[in-house]
This record gives sequence, C-alpha cells and structure tokens, in this order.
Amino acid sequence: MNALLEQLPSQSSSSQTRPLQKPLTIAVAGNPNAGKTSLFNALTGLRQKVANYPGVTVERKEGLWSLAPDSPAARVIDLPGLYSLEATSVDEQIARDVLLGREANIARPDVVIVAVDTTNLVRNLYLFTQLMETECRLVVALTMFDLAERSNLKINVEKLSKGLGVPVVPVMARQRRGIDRLAEAVLKVAAETSDPCPTLSNGSVNHVQRWQTEATSSRTSAAKNNTRPQPLFASDLVITSAQTWQTRLIDRYRWIENVVAGAVFAETARKHSATERIDALVTHRIAGPVILFLVMLLVFQTIFSWANLPMNLIDRVFNVLADAVRAHLPAGMLTDLIVSGIIPGVGGVLMFLPQIVLLFFFITVLEDSGYMARAAFLMDRLMRGVGLHGKAFVPLLSSFACAVPGIMATRTIENPKDRVATIMIAPFMSCSARLPVYTLMIAAFFSGQKVIGFISLGALIILAMYLLGIAFAVVVAWVLKHTLLKAPSPPFVMELPPYRLPNPRNVAHSLLARVGVFLKRAGTVILAISILLWALVAFPRGPVSTTEGAIDNGAGYASVQVENSYAGQAGRLIEPLIKPLGFDWKIGVGLISSFAARETVISTLSIVYNVGENPGEGSASLIKAIRNAKRSDGSLVWTPLVALSLMVFFVLACQCMSTVAVVRRETNSWRWPLFMVCYMLLLAYVSSFVTYQGGRLLGFT
Amino acid sequence: MTLDTTPFGAPARVISVSGDGAVALRLMQMGVVPGVAVSVVKSAPLGDPIQVRIRDYDLALRRIEAQTITVAFDNE
Repeated sequence: MNALLEQLPSQSSSSQTRPLQKPLTIAVAGNPNAGKTSLFNALTGLRQKVANYPGVTVERKEGLWSLAPDSPAARVIDLPGLYSLEATSVDEQIARDVLLGREANIARPDVVIVAVDTTNLVRNLYLFTQLMETECRLVVALTMFDLAERSNLKINVEKLSKGLGVPVVPVMARQRRGIDRLAEAVLKVAAETSDPCPTLSNGSVNHVQRWQTEATSSRTSAAKNNTRPQPLFASDLVITSAQTWQTRLIDRYRWIENVVAGAVFAETARKHSATERIDALVTHRIAGPVILFLVMLLVFQTIFSWANLPMNLIDRVFNVLADAVRAHLPAGMLTDLIVSGIIPGVGGVLMFLPQIVLLFFFITVLEDSGYMARAAFLMDRLMRGVGLHGKAFVPLLSSFACAVPGIMATRTIENPKDRVATIMIAPFMSCSARLPVYTLMIAAFFSGQKVIGFISLGALIILAMYLLGIAFAVVVAWVLKHTLLKAPSPPFVMELPPYRLPNPRNVAHSLLARVGVFLKRAGTVILAISILLWALVAFPRGPVSTTEGAIDNGAGYASVQVENSYAGQAGRLIEPLIKPLGFDWKIGVGLISSFAARETVISTLSIVYNVGENPGEGSASLIKAIRNAKRSDGSLVWTPLVALSLMVFFVLACQCMSTVAVVRRETNSWRWPLFMVCYMLLLAYVSSFVTYQGGRLLGFT
Repeated sequence: MTLDTTPFGAPARVISVSGDGAVALRLMQMGVVPGVAVSVVKSAPLGDPIQVRIRDYDLALRRIEAQTITVAFDNE
C-alpha cells in the first residue's frame, strides 16, 4: 500500500508502469455540474463522437485520449451526471449500468475517473463511496480546484488520497492543468493487478471492510447460485426496514466527513460568493421574474429577428440552386423531382437551421451557466399548478421558436411521465413555422384595421393564437396528468449550482453534437416526406403540356396537374369533411401537404391558385388570388372567418414531420407520436369547426 | 421543527429525515443527513419551492418535501 502512495504526487515522471498493450476503456463519472464535461473535453479534444445508448435517448459521448506516447489511445466515455448509483432517472440508470458493466455493447471500464467538485467535496464523494464497493479501479480528479483555493479552502491532496485510498489529482480543465498527472495516475491504476478494492488508512477500515465483506459475500453467493451479483445499493436491496438503507447511507457520509476533515481546512469563514450576490437579484421575489421575462424576451427576439438574415440567405441559395438545376438539366421527371421535391424539401428544413442553432445555443448557455436551474426554481409553482415540473418551463418556452429543440431539452426532466406530458404539449406552443401562415391570413383579411387606437387587429389576432395554444396546452397537460400519465409527483429536489461562465469550447461541442443529430434525423424524415409529397402532386400525370418544363411558373397547367394528382384527389375526397370548417378542396390539398411541414401550405396554395412556386408569405399575388377565389356558385371561398378558422386549425394541429421524428426518438416508440398527431388533429378539427360555425351563427361571414 | 417552517437565515442542523420513499432517498443521497448544517436561504416568489443551504451547496425543494426534514437550531 505504501509503495503505491509514495509514488503520488509524482513530480518527476519516473512512473514504473509498463506501456499498455491494449487500449483502455475509461469512464468519467461524477455529479452533475461537477465539471465532467469540461474534463472530458480537455482529455479528448476534438476526437469525440456523440451517439445514443441503444433503446434510450440518453446521449452517449465517447472520445479518444492519448495517455502516453507509447500507449494506444484510450477510449473515454463521458457518463451522464449522477448523484448516486441508486439511480432515479434514465440518465443515472445508464451511467450506473455502464459503470457496473451491465450495459450491452460497452465493456466494463478499466478505470473510472471520478470527477469530484472540490468546492462541494462531501456530497460529491458519496458516489465515490458506492464506486468503492464495485470492482472498478478508481482515480479521483478534483475539479474546480482553483475555485476552491480561492474561497480559502486548504486541501491537502496527499492526505485526501491516503484517506480515500486512491490517487487524487487536482485538475483545472480550462487551462488543461493536471491532465498529465491524471494520465499517469490512470496508467498506474490500470496496471495494477492486485485486488481493485482500494486500501485505506486505519480510521476507515471498519466501515469499508464491512461493506467489502458484504460485497464479496454477495458476489460469492451469486456465483454459487449463478445469478448476477447485486451491488449493495438501497434500491437494489430487499429493504427490510427504513433503517437498513438509511443507516448505511449515513455511515457513508460519516466516513466521508471523517476523511475530508482530515484533509481539508477552511481557513476563514465563507464569504458571500458571487453566486449569492447574483442570486439576490435573480431569485428575488420581484426582480427574479422580471429578469426571467427579459431573458426570454431576448432569446425570442434573437430567434425571430436575428435568424431572419441567415434564413433568407439560405432561402435564396436554394432558389438559385433550383433555378440552376432547372436551367442545366433536361426537362423531365428527375429534374422535376429535384427542383420541386428535393430542393424545397431539404431547403425547407435547412432554412430553419439558423433558428435551431440559435435556440440550442441559448439553451446550452443557460444550462451551463446555471441559470436554467433558477428558471425552474422560479416557475415550479406555476408549472405544478398545471401538473408539470418546473424544469418543463424552458423546454416549453423554447418550443415557441421551434418544438424540435424544445422537445430535446425535456431530457432534464427526470420523471418519464412528466417528461412525456411536456413533450405532448410542446407543439401547442405556436412555433415560428406557423408565423408565415398567420402573417399571410392577416395580410389578406385583417390588414390595416386598428383596435384601441394604435394596436393593429392583426397583432391582436396573432397574440390570440399564441394564447389559444397555451390555453390548450394547459388543459391537455392537466388531462394527461390525471388520466394516461397519472403518477405520483416525483421529488422536485434540485441542485442550484454556482454560476459559472460557460466554456466556449464546451458550448461549441454541445451545439455541434445536438445540431448534427437534428439534421440527420429530421433531415432524413423530411426528405423522405418531401419526395412523397412531390410524388403525390406529380402523379398521376395530367394532360401533357405543349410547353417544355413540366411544372412551370404560373400557367394553368400546373393547377390542372394538381387537381388531377393524388394530392388533388385526396383534397376532393376530404372536401366534405372540411366543408364545415369553411374549407374547400384546394385548401384541403394545402392542409394535406402541410402535415409534413406547416410552411408548405403556402407554396401548395400558390401552386393550386396558379401563382407560381416560391411566393413568400407576403406575396401580393397569392393574397389577391385568395381574396378573389370563387366557388362555382360565385360566392367567395375565402372570408375573414375562413381565414380565422384556418389559423385556429394551424394553432392546434401537429403539422411537422420533424416534430414527429423527434418525439419518436425521445419517447422511443411510435405510440406517443401517433397519439399526439391524432389527438391534436381532433382538437384542431373541433376547434376549427366551432370557430367557423360559431362565427356563422353569430352572423360573421 | 421541520425545514419548511424554519425561519430564513437561521443556522440549523438536521436531526432526521422521515419516510423511506423516493423523496427521503433523494434527499439523503444529496447529503441531507443527521448532523449536517442547514439553513433556509429564501423562497421562490410564490412561496414555493424554497432554497436551502446544505453544507457546501444550495438545494431547491418543495415545502412538502422540506416537511420531511426535522431540524433544530444550531446553538454553537
């Protein structure tokens, strides 16, 4: 034992470890907010990849770390943060399973680096005490070491190491300090052939020996019975009485307190940290909500206006591309597929990329800085009134820009039923894709009118649409929580981490990973659907046009084609169904196409009304066409009431393949996305019906 | 006295955590164990949840959860 400890901390690299023959698998475990990710990034740099653990939606981050010049690079796994191996959420379960070697496809890690936040030693070491009982070889990395020293904590690393029985290495990930020593410690520990249970100083022998004896006996008895050895954690134990696991738990904390007391000294009384000063404002009774409101306003403003420039740019690029293709490829089916199917389809998704990137950026920064926890803290009471978790606030708010990142952000909600409930109502938050539709309707039928002096009717209607969405979300959440997703409220207990300046490198990594995933998933689904829709509109082929270029700008040909296509037939088919809503078959075609992506209704309508392909929502010609559209009996198809009815439909229906794809991914089944599409469609239909018929009854037309 | 009725700012110590369900487990895993120094920092604008200082860090929990934690004033 002493030989091991004497080699720490090594000033000179005279470590006697022999070079490794095969690559190590290293897991980085630790509490949430302990700086694991910074450490992971410092170890692996750009050599990372993000995937998913099979069957769940927990992110799986792996990378390569060169421990030493003569050894093959080690595979490093960044585990989700966990407070304890008695896992209470899916994230924690995955982390636990990987650590115990239960996770399929991942070999038991050779070494586990336990990231321990030095400013919060005792709680962080709880996980360590559990890991000690497993067969893992451990190294402790003391993160936030500089912060701890600055707050007048004196840490005797050698004593701590002796007390814990494993190598302890202070690291400052941002400056990449301590990494080399960490590598040495890892190599040393990995090369040990002896029993992995760490040796400990005398004072702690009793507790740990008892645990180890129990752990060993449970392993041997399991081996005898040919069952998997059960680790000794509260939820895995057959609990005979509350006392058993509480006592054990308290024992662990006593042990930790003992070890820490021997190695750490607080020189002066803790002074008010910057976090406390900031929180004096941020969670203030009045200033708090105000600040939250302002922050959200900033996020929205950015997404709605700053995103415009890149969005228009992308739009233009795709138009140019479409023109170029049309100009250079021979007219025919393939060209048409590319120009009218693939390019608008893919372009439609990519156009939202700036918004999604910005939204992910804000979510990441808010999370990393620690503000997210405060937002949940402030909003929990309100959210709970509706049956949701405080942590649902930011994902739902994000859904106002785009439900896709909003739904992905629900991962922070631990309880699966709360999470699903939040996911189910996220699409009710009127996303930015609905805005072009609202804008078009208002420009056509409600423009120029003012209410109460200077507030335009149009703005009021848009606000009303947003509120309608929120109202329905609240009701549906309440219903779900009382029926399908009924569950006892899980503990809210949530850490409020100290404020930290987000590390730009971490943010960039996180952003790239999440955006990449969105692109891949949503992109493939949208592409497929776009092609399908194109086919529905392009087939069966109508009377052959004498002009070259199958689908061309304007020309009655396009409209006839649409009418005779499958999509057009479908439109006619559902016309009786949607007539009570005030819609005719042309709107029906638009509705059908919009189920892939809302904004396509505008391009579809423009095709159906012969206006040309890429009109944009403010298109004067489309507006004119809509206003003048007449039925066979001469009456107008579109009235303000019809426009309202359509808007209401759009508020409530789930018309976004990306959302469906993401929900499928996040809930890991087709049941929920299907359910969501169906019940939202039902609500949309009924509400639209009520709007139109109710309006007629009241005398509006 | 339970944590949900503890006056703001008063230094206290945890005596016990009642119950043996998910809440108790979670609280104790996070360090709410007998003997630990605790104090209530503030409450959210609507009165719930409350922010509590446990040893070295801040924890937010609902009053109904705080009710399970019995504390006593720290007289040292």
